[in-house]
Amino acid sequence: MFTTDEIQKLDKITHKYDRKQAALLPVLHCVQEKDGLITPQAEKDVAEYLGIPVVHVHEVVCFYHLLHQKKPGKCHFSVCQTTACALRGAEDIIGYIRQKLNISPGETTPDGKFSLEAVECLGACEIAPMMQCNNEYKGFLDKKTIDALIEGNS
Amino acid sequence: MEKIVTRHFGQENSHLLINYIKDEGYKAARKALTTMTPAAVIDEVKKSGLRGLGGAGFPTGTKWSFIPQGNPKPKYLVINADEGEPGTFKDKYIMELDPHALLEGIIITCFAIGSHKAFVYIRGEYIKPRQALQAAVDEAYRASFLGKDIMGTGFDLDVVVHPGAGAYICGEETALLSSLEGGKGFPRLKPPFPAVVGLFGCPTVINNVETIACVPPIINKGAEWFAKLGSEKNGGNRVFCVSGHVNKPGIYELPNGTPLREIIYEHAGGIPQARKLKAVIPGGISAPILTPDQIDVKMDFDSLKAIGSMAGSGGIIVMDETTDMVWAAMVAARFFAHESCGQCSPCREGSGWVYRLIKRIYHGEGRPHDLKDLPGIVNNVGGNTICAFGDAVTMSIGSYVTKFKSEFESKIKASGSINPVAKQGAGSLADANQKA
Repeated sequence: MFTTDEIQKLDKITHKYDRKQAALLPVLHCVQEKDGLITPQAEKDVAEYLGIPVVHVHEVVCFYHLLHQKKPGKCHFSVCQTTACALRGAEDIIGYIRQKLNISPGETTPDGKFSLEAVECLGACEIAPMMQCNNEYKGFLDKKTIDALIEGNS
Repeated sequence: MEKIVTRHFGQENSHLLINYIKDEGYKAARKALTTMTPAAVIDEVKKSGLRGLGGAGFPTGTKWSFIPQGNPKPKYLVINADEGEPGTFKDKYIMELDPHALLEGIIITCFAIGSHKAFVYIRGEYIKPRQALQAAVDEAYRASFLGKDIMGTGFDLDVVVHPGAGAYICGEETALLSSLEGGKGFPRLKPPFPAVVGLFGCPTVINNVETIACVPPIINKGAEWFAKLGSEKNGGNRVFCVSGHVNKPGIYELPNGTPLREIIYEHAGGIPQARKLKAVIPGGISAPILTPDQIDVKMDFDSLKAIGSMAGSGGIIVMDETTDMVWAAMVAARFFAHESCGQCSPCREGSGWVYRLIKRIYHGEGRPHDLKDLPGIVNNVGGNTICAFGDAVTMSIGSYVTKFKSEFESKIKASGSINPVAKQGAGSLADANQKA
């Protein structure tokens, strides 16, 4: 169940929309910001709050790549692997992170500090090869910048 | 040359309202709302030759004129800021560096189509651009450029900044509407077109960020001025995004119709280490790939269409002579397989099938029949789906296979000798699919 404070916060989002259900994505973002993921319980809470079926919320959570059902690491590397980044060495970047953290894309380190994901175009081809690290875009990646990112978050 | 959309880039704090106002900011909105009729605004935009810069190239004023004015339902403007087409990154800069240009364009567009509410759908990954735009929206409300009775004109307008959540397909306008209504990003059949049945079943115009940012200068300086900047039937400039194997990747605002060669070799600084060009994608990953003999093409919608490609979103991805084109096709196919929304079977199954097949060829497990099967599979995706994503698979992947056939052939030839299992299974499509 959402607390009264949480509901007030969500109300501020939903009141901008002509239909409450339209606020589903921003509401889910808001929940995920707090919890780091969308749990089955959160899906129920959101469904109840918006007055829509739980299965609908679940379908939406499954459909969108940025909504996590599994908690990512504290530092989440989403490395772009699409054409512009691929041409500038994205495969090597992913390979280096794999080797350095000993995890494959889709996995999290046992200490929960890092997770890795190979993603499609993030709209920053001018700084290729690039990745999103939590909320930040990091470009012109090479071994040095990755070493620094990992050290800085260890 | 005269810059339009990027004119404020590089100025200090260009995102702030105070600086936007200094350079005739919101003057065009005031002019439209106080001295023009909605029909006159639409007419001006029609005459300017402004076309949809998200990729479709549809004449903007004409699109606006499709909104039925006798309809009692509310009307909506939706800005497509999903910017997911690989190779494209211009709208991000507009929202971060000149968000008020977009907002002023929104005001004028809403006035023209009789809308009092606009949504800006921004891809979920664009956190900074979203914060920048939200800050600008807040500023505009405080200064009475948004909200009730804006600028004392009696016109009301609300703008909502809406985050996506990571799905390429939501850049397709009807998928975007499904997503904005709180659903999965599934495209819808057209007709009915969004202008008649759009957001919440109401008349809706969907335009790209760059398109709308062009509107205030058109109103300020006139349609003729804008039309003269571009080539025939392609008014104005375009913000080209150049990436891949170039010395200076980035955005370049240039007149519509600038030759591709000039963009690659003059503006983007040519190819590193003076390597030769092998291929170039001229308008985002969905656009059929071009070979070096085609780069004298003028970069506008009609010229690119004439040579069998498309101007698309303005995303130019350059590949030098070291690029393995089977690998490049595999990377593109992986993108499509990953981003197919799964609604239509030909696309859902076809995009994955194409990816697995090309991947197999790339990894030296190709079979002689693969190259015969591939065009058939690729061609059966396009034209058989609800949205244009399927067509993009056909056009894009098909162009790699057609234009670089010899590279596919030599990979397959070599694979028989290094992989006896592949040789055995040659020719059987069912077997090939199963193995993949």
